[in-house]
This record gives sequence, C-alpha cells and structure tokens, in this order.
Amino acid sequence: MKKRGIGIGASLYPTGMSGGGDSSQAQVKVQPDGTVVLTTGACDIGEGCKTVLAQMAAEVLGINYEQVKVINDNTDNCPLSFGTFASRVTYVDGKATVDAAEKARDILFEVAGQMLEANPGDMEAVDGKISVKGSPDRSLPIGEVAGAATFGMRKLVVGLGHYMREPSAPDPETGEIDPFCTLAWAAVLAEVEVDTETGEVDLLRLVCSYDVGTAINPLLTEGQIEGGGAMSIGAALSEELYPNYPSLEQAPTNLGDYAIPTTMDIPDIEAVIHECPSTNGPFGAKGIGEMTANTPAPAIINAIHDAVGVWIMTLPATPERVLRALDEKGGA
Amino acid sequence: MTMKVVGQRVKRYDGMAHVTGETRFVDDVIVPGTLTVKALRSPVSKGTIKTMDTSSAEAMPGVAGVITAEDVPCNAYGLVPDQPVIADETVRFKGEVVAAVAAVDEDTALEALEKINLEIEEEECVLDPLEAMKPDAPKVRPEGNVFMYDERPFRQIILGDIEAGFKDADVVVENEYVHPSLEHAQLELQTSLAVPAASGKLTIYTVSQALYFHLGQLCGILQMEPDQIQCKSWAPKTGSSWRHNAGFSDVNYIGGTVGGGFGSKNDIHADHVTALLALKTGQPCKWRWTREEDLLYSTFRGAWFITIKDGVKKDGRIVARQMKSIRDAGGYSSLNPYVVDKHSFVATGPYFVPNVQIHGYCVYTNKPPASSMRGFGVTPSVFATELQMDKIAQELGMDPWEVRFINAYRTGDQTPTRRVLNSVALVEVMQKLAEKAGVDLPDKLKNMNSKERGWT
Repeated sequence: MKKRGIGIGASLYPTGMSGGGDSSQAQVKVQPDGTVVLTTGACDIGEGCKTVLAQMAAEVLGINYEQVKVINDNTDNCPLSFGTFASRVTYVDGKATVDAAEKARDILFEVAGQMLEANPGDMEAVDGKISVKGSPDRSLPIGEVAGAATFGMRKLVVGLGHYMREPSAPDPETGEIDPFCTLAWAAVLAEVEVDTETGEVDLLRLVCSYDVGTAINPLLTEGQIEGGGAMSIGAALSEELYPNYPSLEQAPTNLGDYAIPTTMDIPDIEAVIHECPSTNGPFGAKGIGEMTANTPAPAIINAIHDAVGVWIMTLPATPERVLRALDEKGGA
Repeated sequence: MTMKVVGQRVKRYDGMAHVTGETRFVDDVIVPGTLTVKALRSPVSKGTIKTMDTSSAEAMPGVAGVITAEDVPCNAYGLVPDQPVIADETVRFKGEVVAAVAAVDEDTALEALEKINLEIEEEECVLDPLEAMKPDAPKVRPEGNVFMYDERPFRQIILGDIEAGFKDADVVVENEYVHPSLEHAQLELQTSLAVPAASGKLTIYTVSQALYFHLGQLCGILQMEPDQIQCKSWAPKTGSSWRHNAGFSDVNYIGGTVGGGFGSKNDIHADHVTALLALKTGQPCKWRWTREEDLLYSTFRGAWFITIKDGVKKDGRIVARQMKSIRDAGGYSSLNPYVVDKHSFVATGPYFVPNVQIHGYCVYTNKPPASSMRGFGVTPSVFATELQMDKIAQELGMDPWEVRFINAYRTGDQTPTRRVLNSVALVEVMQKLAEKAGVDLPDKLKNMNSKERGWT
C-alpha cells in the first residue's frame, strides 16, 4: 500500500565563522575609462561569490554589473579572505567589497567635485555618472572622471576595504558568547509517499521558505535552495558513508555505491524568499549557503511519520530501515 | 534607496564558461615535465611503523623522489595542529599517508609504491566514539580520546536553571538521534599541482576553498629554523635558492574557482605533499586523488549521537533542554572542535528555551579525520531538534506547526549563549511557507509575529 504524509521543519543558521576573527579584504580599482576591477581573495566554489560581489561593487559605483571584472585567482595579488565556508562570503567579503568600492567612489567624488566645482560630499554615483545630488545637469560620465583623476590629477582610483568581526571565545563555564554576524531563518515542508511493502520513500514535494536578509541575487539564492535541498534529500533517504558503522567494512568506493540523489530523485523544489534585513550586513544580506542543506531532511522524516506512523531516528531512511520500523510497529 | 544592481537576477559571472567547459580547473593545467604523485597509505587503522625503507623505490628509473615523515619540516598542521602531513611512527587511521612518490608517470609511481618496504605493527583500534570515551579504550592519541575544552571534556553551554526548568515542566520528552557520516561528493577531486621556480618561488595550483587559510598552514609546514633542518638533502637536490623559512610571499597559491567544495576543501589534502615533492625534486609535481581515495580517506561529515531531554509545559512551551551530543571526529582534530562548538551554540534550534544545559563532545576514533561539511555541526542539531519538535507535538496532542510557532525565537530573546536577538523572522518564514504550500494555518498562528511573543 502507498501512503502519503506531510512533515515540516524549521531552523536558523549563523552567518560567519562562529567566534569571529575571520577577516576579509577587497580592492576595487576604477580604470581610467571607468570600468572596474574587483580583486578579492574569496574562492568561488560554485556558489557564485564572483557574481554577488561584482553586483555590490557595481551598486556602490553606480555602474552596470557587466562593467565589473573580478580577480580572485591568486594570493600574490589578491587581498586576504579567510575562505569560502561558514556562509560568510556574501556578508564578510561583501562588507569588505562595499568598503573598498565606497573608498574608490570617494576619490571619484573628490575629483568630480573639483571638475564641477561642487562639494565632494554632495555627489552621487548613479547610472554610470558622477553627479551633484539633485542637479542632474551637473554630472560627468564615470570614465571622464576616472580619466581626469588618472591623467590630470595623477591619482590612482583604488579603494581598499576590510571587514572582520572581533574574535571572541566562549566563557568556559557558561559558554556565553556573541558568536555570529547575524542569523538567517528557514522553514521547509515535505510531502512523501511511502510504499509499505518495499519501504521506499518517494518525495513528492519540497517547499522551502528562507529568510536571507536581502537576496543580492535571487537567481543564485534559488540555486542555493535547490542545491542544498538536493543534498539534504540525499542525507534523508540514501547517503551513508559507513553503512556498517562504526565498522569501515563495505564503505563505498565510487558514486554508484554512494548514492547521491539524481535529478530523477528530486522534485521541483518550490522556493519562497523572505527578506528581513540584517542590521549590519552589506545591503542587509545574510548568509544562505549552508542552511539550505539542513532542514529538508527532518521535514522528510517527519513526513514519513505522518504517512505511516514510524520514526526513523537514524538517517538515512533507507527502504530497509523503513520496513524494519514498520515491522517493529506491527504494520502501517 | 532604490537599488539597481543588487537584487537583480543577473547572470552568473562564470556560468557560461562553466557549462561550455571553458573554465580551467586545476586538473586542466598542463606544465611540461610534471611528475605524477602517488601516496602509500596505511593498510591498518592503528599501528606503529617498524620499517620504512624507500631505497628500492628511489633507485627505480623514472622515480624522481620519495618523501616520508622525515622530509616534512614541521610535520603538524590543522586549526589544532595535531595532524602530520605524513605519518611519523604512529598510524591513526586506515589510509593515512606514510610515504609519497613522484615519478615520470602513473604506472612508475604505482610500481614504486610497491617497492617501499613498509612494516607496521598493527595495534588494537577503536572505531566507535561511544567505546572510545571509556577510560580503558585504546588510545587514539596520547592526550586521550576526548578533546578538552578548557578544563572540560565537552563544550558546556548553560542558561537559566536546568533543574528548576524540569521542575516547572508538565512533561519530559527524551529521545536519542543518530546522524550518520556523509561524504561531500563534490565533483572535482582533491587535486594539487606544485611548480617550483629557479627564483625559489613555489606556485601551487590548488582546489582550496580557503586560499589564505591554507597558505598560512602550508607556510607553517614548510617552516623551520636552520638548526632544525632534518632533510639536508633538499638544497643540493633542488638546486634552488629556496629559503627554508617560507613566508607567504614565497608561495603563490593559484585557485579561486573550485569544482565543488561543500567543506571538503577547507582542509589541506594534497598541496603539502606536492609542495614537498616539488621542493625535493625541483620539478613540477601533480597529485590527483582517485574517487575511491576521496571517498575513503578525505574529510567528511562525522557521525553524531544526540540525546535530547526537554521539559515541556502542557501549553507547548519548552522550558528546559538538556542535550548531550557526541561527534565522531576520526583520528585528528581538523575542524572538529569548531564543528562541535557551532553545534552547541545553536543547540536549541530556532526556539527560545529559558533553561539550557548543552554538553558537546568531540571524540577521536581511528577513522580518517572528519571535518567541515555544509552546515558544520548545525545540520545534525537541526535534524535532532526538528524530530524532537514533532515528538513534543505528538506527546502534547498539538499541531506540529503550533509547537514551532509557540517556541519560535522573537526579537529580544536570548540564545543559549546569551546573545540577544535582532533581525528575527522565523514566524514570518513559517507563515510564508504555509501560504506557499497551501496550508491554512489557524488565525492564532497567522496573527503571530517575530516582534512579540503574543502569549505569556
């Protein structure tokens, strides 16, 4: 018999390395023609940090995303980043990038202020122009300003940015610590169909709702939700590195034996993005990378319970585990 | 402020290059004269190396160099630097590297491994962390099998008064949860190419997801005082001006575009071995792990054993949580102590619990070292906590949604580590989930928000 059930799960996830101390730096250079090179030490491990950091630099400088090129490929030239982990890059490297872009912009404001005979504090960078706020006729293309800075005023239009949350250690007795940059929030619903004869679990539906502060790029946010969802589906239903734990016997030696979910195993993941801005993040952003891999698994296990009344207390819910649990309970 | 670029669904920066195969990953880099690296790994989970004779391998035509523990200047690395690059005398897990060869091709390198005379005296190992915690268990490491957080064998988080909390409770719900070991299964395998230059500069093409973190560690491994130089053969063999005190500027780490990480590349797996072999041979050295090596011997998500005892009021409020979590860390620290910390800091999940006692244990066993994987220690705590929430709902005869809404953090609440929260949004996130999923929540839940509790 096939039985259906629905389960939910919720979670929070901290942004940045717990305990701080994970610094990041960035350099934003405005070339003499107004195009921009962002240099960062952040690795793009597939999550898309080159994209979101370029977006942030473009936003600050009032130019198009396509006008920003990103260099992140070597330690001789790139400023320090602690690394791409702990859901930290959008927030920590983002803050460093914004800091760097603002400092580069300050130089442009200073130069444009001289050119337009205006106070640098009254300038803004919008639509590829440096303008006097409220006076759209008093504006110059960013390339003209950068060219004048370079060749006329002999300035290098470079901003150097930095961010680090002060390191802290937990109190040894109470564990008291204020360890995170910010927290993001998640809730997931799963619907499953359990075959009571084979123990197989078919995931019919996965609905994910995530607070990400501000989605710097909703397309990439959805990518994280789908990718993390797939990973958590594997954790819920099929993946186990040591099938005879704690023994090492029969550990998988290839991806045929270690069963990560394929597209055939993953339903269309439905995503909702909620935006509750962080108080201190760049444009209100929070980290999203890791949290997406956490909540689907328990939602799926809770759905199995809703369907057939058994608790799978040890992941993954393989057909064998589901059948054994059903046997123990005396049927579905 | 109206934003024009932030918030836009712009195309991924390198998406087209990725899907057309134009992106260059480490394995695509070709440097003429590159030697192939292969490693000899321990066949046993625990033992003492009695014989290590590499002379026959070194004498083979086509073999450019062999390294063992004595070729490693500072043979300990990691956040807690307790892991040797190459095992020295003691072997702590099956698959631990005991020697590495650089040869003209893969066949020669594999043949050379067979010529290394290795004798290991096998010793009793312990693979189960619950066994490893017992006083008479075989020692994974001389300091003991449990990581010490200050004076304690566990990370302790205490808030409120746990005893008073349980006294105040109407019901106690206690359960045990097991989260298994998981593999990252990233597409790009552990790969490294080290290229020495006559100037003394070493260039490493890396899959690292943390360039500077690894640059620092690598320089630590290559660091030594002149009077500590054990491998005196280096300088004449390389013929380079390599200084034996490596600084950050002596190494250029090239990477930044990684074929999948998920935490698998937060620890150095191959760069230290290729670096040492490149320095010893004076030639470029490349090591690409096989999928089998990556699955069996690289870092992974360690297993967790979690016991949660919650004191709950009939109205659904959790008033006490006692939690004991045990992490199977494997043979070395890697990022495990940090993983347990992160787990412990958020061990009540997204819920306010006024009385809390968390004990998080990091336990060593004779497995390959576990380390970071997407979600660190939070993933297993979410798994356990979210099953626990449904069990509480069942125990009280309440709706699983309602139990979560009642306990969800609100602005100004205190976490177990006494952080006062702002930017809280769980209630709204759950409301949006219900809406998207077509679940009609009771008005009571629809009217809640994260700014105030709405109940006392």
